[in-house]
Amino acid sequence: MSIDWNAFTPWPALAGGILIGTAVGMFALLNGRIAGISGVVGGLLRPTRGDIAWRAAFVIGLVAAPIVYALFAAGPALQIDASYPLLVIAGLLVGIGTRYGSGCTSGHGVCGISRLSPRSLVATAVFMAAGFATVFVLRHLLVV
Amino acid sequence: MLLNLTSLLAGLVFGLGLIVSGMANPAKVLGFLDLAGAWDPSLVLVMAGAVAVGTLAFAVAGRRSRSLIGADMKLPSARHIDRRLVVGSTLFGMGWGIAGFCPGPGLVALGMGEGKALVFVAAMLVGMGVFEWMERRGRMATLRSA
Repeated sequence: MSIDWNAFTPWPALAGGILIGTAVGMFALLNGRIAGISGVVGGLLRPTRGDIAWRAAFVIGLVAAPIVYALFAAGPALQIDASYPLLVIAGLLVGIGTRYGSGCTSGHGVCGISRLSPRSLVATAVFMAAGFATVFVLRHLLVV
Repeated sequence: MLLNLTSLLAGLVFGLGLIVSGMANPAKVLGFLDLAGAWDPSLVLVMAGAVAVGTLAFAVAGRRSRSLIGADMKLPSARHIDRRLVVGSTLFGMGWGIAGFCPGPGLVALGMGEGKALVFVAAMLVGMGVFEWMERRGRMATLRSA
């Protein structure tokens, strides 16, 4: 392992993390819920009365974030290297996996670790390990 | 109505956090997941910042029976570790490693007008739909056998 000091951005990472913590914190304190993105979105596919508007509002906030950000600063450039077929496979795996495992980086990762939930600690360790292994296979064994 | 507004605000602040931290960019996330390559540890600090604030907030939220604006508290109480949790998280981690997108950054990148993010989010929604379909089939099979 060698650290890529040019890519490492400690201060923006920490500042962005504090914003994310603020978002999940206010959601817990005001809405009384876990701000888990896969759960919020997935619930829209199982619509029950009185349970749709707040979910849609959260998603609208997420999607609108780059538009609000652009009012204050130049939008960041994204680099999406995965091909279209790989994006489809990745999307299917993320969709099924997060719902089957009851959470993703936000619900298990940020919220679960903050609550020291044993379920979330295991889930986070498992998806991190699977992510490390997948990138290792794709970049260093198969060289896609 | 107020809950919808606070929900919108939470989604917005979450999305801004993803942009500021660089985590909306799949290449940066993959830089973290690539332990054997030139490793970018930024994601560790994103998690540290988020968990530091989150720990304080959940310590308060966990002791309340109503939210600060009177909503029901719906924090999960499950503690069991089962096959679903491990298998689901494994599939998620594989998908995360393939494209560098998890659900939040996918939606934020969609808001930037990225066509590739649209493909990812559409496939993710199909995946979630497949899960709902499997669950419904499972529930009906349980009902029939009961």
